[in-house]
Amino acid sequence: MSEHSASSYKLGELKPALSRNEALAEANRCLFCYDAPCTRACPTHIDVPKFIKKIASENLKGSAKTILEANILGASCARVCPTEVLCEGACVLNDLHDKPIKIGRLQRYATDPFVMEGTQLFQAGEATGKKVAIVGGGPAGLACAHELTLLGHEAVVFEAQARLGGLNTYGIADYKLDIETSLKEVDWVQSIGFSVRTNTRIGQDVSMSELLADYDAVFIGVGLGSIPTLGMPGEDLAGYEDALVFIDTLKHQSIDQVSLKGQRVAVIGGGNTAIDAVSQSASLGAEKVYMVYRRGREDMGAYDHEIDLALSKGTVEIVYMAQPTEILGEGGKVTGLKCVRHRLKAADASGKSGIEVIEDSDFVLPVDRVFRATGQAKYRDFFAGVDGLEVDRSGRVVVDGNGKTSIDKLWASGDCANGGKEVVNAVAEGKAAAQHIHQALEAKTHG
Amino acid sequence: MADLKVNIAGIESPNPFWLASAPPANTGDQVMRAFDAGWGGAVWKTLGEPIVNTWSRYGALDLNGQKMMGLNNIELITDRPLEVNFREIAEVKKRYPKHAVIVSLMVEAKREAWHEIVKRAIDAGADGLELNFGCPHGMSERGMGSAVGQVPDYTCQITEWAKEASTIPVLVKLTPNITDVRFAARAAKRGGADGVSLINTINSITSVDLDTFAPRPTVSGYSSHGGYCGPAVKPIALNMVSEIARDPETAGIPISGIGGISNWRDAVEFFLLGATTVQVCTAVMHYGFRIVEDMIDGLNNYLDEKGLANVHELCGKSVGHIRDWKNLDLNYVVRANIDQNKCIGCGLCYTACNDGAHQAIGAKPADNGRTEVWVIEEACVGCNLCSLVCPVEQCISMQQIPVDAEPCSWEQYSSGKGKLAPRPQDNH
Repeated sequence: MSEHSASSYKLGELKPALSRNEALAEANRCLFCYDAPCTRACPTHIDVPKFIKKIASENLKGSAKTILEANILGASCARVCPTEVLCEGACVLNDLHDKPIKIGRLQRYATDPFVMEGTQLFQAGEATGKKVAIVGGGPAGLACAHELTLLGHEAVVFEAQARLGGLNTYGIADYKLDIETSLKEVDWVQSIGFSVRTNTRIGQDVSMSELLADYDAVFIGVGLGSIPTLGMPGEDLAGYEDALVFIDTLKHQSIDQVSLKGQRVAVIGGGNTAIDAVSQSASLGAEKVYMVYRRGREDMGAYDHEIDLALSKGTVEIVYMAQPTEILGEGGKVTGLKCVRHRLKAADASGKSGIEVIEDSDFVLPVDRVFRATGQAKYRDFFAGVDGLEVDRSGRVVVDGNGKTSIDKLWASGDCANGGKEVVNAVAEGKAAAQHIHQALEAKTHG
Repeated sequence: MADLKVNIAGIESPNPFWLASAPPANTGDQVMRAFDAGWGGAVWKTLGEPIVNTWSRYGALDLNGQKMMGLNNIELITDRPLEVNFREIAEVKKRYPKHAVIVSLMVEAKREAWHEIVKRAIDAGADGLELNFGCPHGMSERGMGSAVGQVPDYTCQITEWAKEASTIPVLVKLTPNITDVRFAARAAKRGGADGVSLINTINSITSVDLDTFAPRPTVSGYSSHGGYCGPAVKPIALNMVSEIARDPETAGIPISGIGGISNWRDAVEFFLLGATTVQVCTAVMHYGFRIVEDMIDGLNNYLDEKGLANVHELCGKSVGHIRDWKNLDLNYVVRANIDQNKCIGCGLCYTACNDGAHQAIGAKPADNGRTEVWVIEEACVGCNLCSLVCPVEQCISMQQIPVDAEPCSWEQYSSGKGKLAPRPQDNH
């Protein structure tokens, strides 16, 4: 078995590849539970004991197929899934005397030899003559396109960026998933044979109405946009940017170019993008990293294991109950982040406590860089341009359990409909939408 | 995709994976659920005059945290009425006409009794019969099971009786509780058996309670020797299968392999040594019928990888690789090689070789606090022990050393027709 360790992880890998020996020992530790909790915890319901048992019997091809039939992005999900709160969090060994099975790393062990080596395990279904346009080549769109191709439909993916993969390619912290790994996986997924038009933005280069007229069905998986500015003074200063841009930059530049040695950093936000930016800043040598969040730890969206990872770096400090009010600068560059302190108000009827500003509680964090990770924008304008498309108050496309939108022939899934979840959720939803599109097209054909 | 269909002694099966005659094949409901899960056949739990079982029946050997490496039972044959069993067999055959249903039989040593039960099994729709001459506990006290299998003349006689009445293939299930399984297999063949299945369980006491002094499984403070099976018995079963496949008197007799088969790799080993189907019990009792999915998938992928079209092409491929010891090459030299980059410094190879083998590994405390080890080449006899105890994959490998000598076996050497290459003991 050849090694598949990607070469480009600039900060080292959080969960490196397992050797054969390690994988066999780990696989044999699995109890092979009946109706396994790990499988139930996975949004794509990969049959985890089954694929692990196949690693133990050294039926690696069968193992990879078990994973990839359920989740076509099984190789990247093996790296980026918050397994601590999904499959591994559900492992019954947590209640025994033991650590949970390293399911994510075993999944990588089984899938890498096929996905990273470009060995095809699937083939396109018998052609139905139906065409489906996929708007957005991220995890949801890729899962949808692959499933439709398996079912014999002609899928065409339209991607605004130059590369496929969405957040996998552009937005996941490098220590979890590097760009080469994402692109290899994308190539492998696409090699089943669906076509792709990159650098093509729907609503600009091609209109939505054209797609709806030319295709038998259309799927929207556009995800979310960039992180909007916060409307405070100083947001034009150099050194202030979208945390996703900071994460993406490392993927394309050398570690020297993005080094934070000797610098102090503030990251605004309490979610998983914020914590990724915090960990990455610390790993890039920042001498101090503040994470500024308006409420307490119990309300933070970031996973506990990610917070613990960040805090383990030693240079990280979380500033709870604080709200940035101004970015201070000198000579056009960031020199500090001015904040006010919050306190909790009495709980309302729903049991949730509001927050209020404490007067005269201003303080300044002396920093050279500020990254905002306060939530990605929805593509409200794009959705508004689609006649009759229902969107909820927070800007998410309204869909039923199958990803069907309010208008004929149009489905949507992934972050643009769920508001922003994990890659594995987008894959599950994109695949489910494809199956529903298939049913709808079949019903039309057979009337 | 390879073709997994097999034909053993005239019994056709969609794949070579059968449930062994045991608790998993006790009822029609279980057998049908097993067929739905993918099993190609089932050998029905042994039918005979109804018996009464004890309550506590199974005991297990756990090894270093791995559960049920060996399983022992004192359960007897079916405890359900014969007419219920036959009705369910008929029902299963009606619903699953293409699956193999083999009925295991055991009655007292009377010609009429055997004739009658054989006819009833055939009337129920069985595709084949398996004569249980192997059960080592309880039934053997009553002159049945291994009491028959341990005496070749009885084996031959009862096989003849069954064959007189049978219009379908008859397999004889052999007991390993004998000194040489070939005599039992020859007797079965003489009696007209269409094939043999082996091994049945091995006489055993799995463990003893150190406080109550009662062996397990314990029945009111007492136990009885049981039949031992599971992963721990596989090497014994593999050898016995191969002996029958190699014996000129029985070579070519269809064999259904049994004994510690847990996955497709185990099954392939049995095929390579001469079996055409395999029977599984302990792994199903541990993990359920679902394990057959990977057995089928893994075997399929393996056959494809090897470019083999079906299971029959595998059968017996390793039989020619077994020789009598006297025909092994005494001039094939191998020597241990330690990959220092992989060594974790545990010193296990040193202590194993120094105390348990041939004093061919040196050791000293290393600067990093571990143990540094090296092979003393002139002392190494290439016994493999160090590579067997080493916990690190591919750290100690056995490397062939070219020698300036023709191959020479004991047979050749002792008859003065060969010359030995120099050996480590020559250095002492």
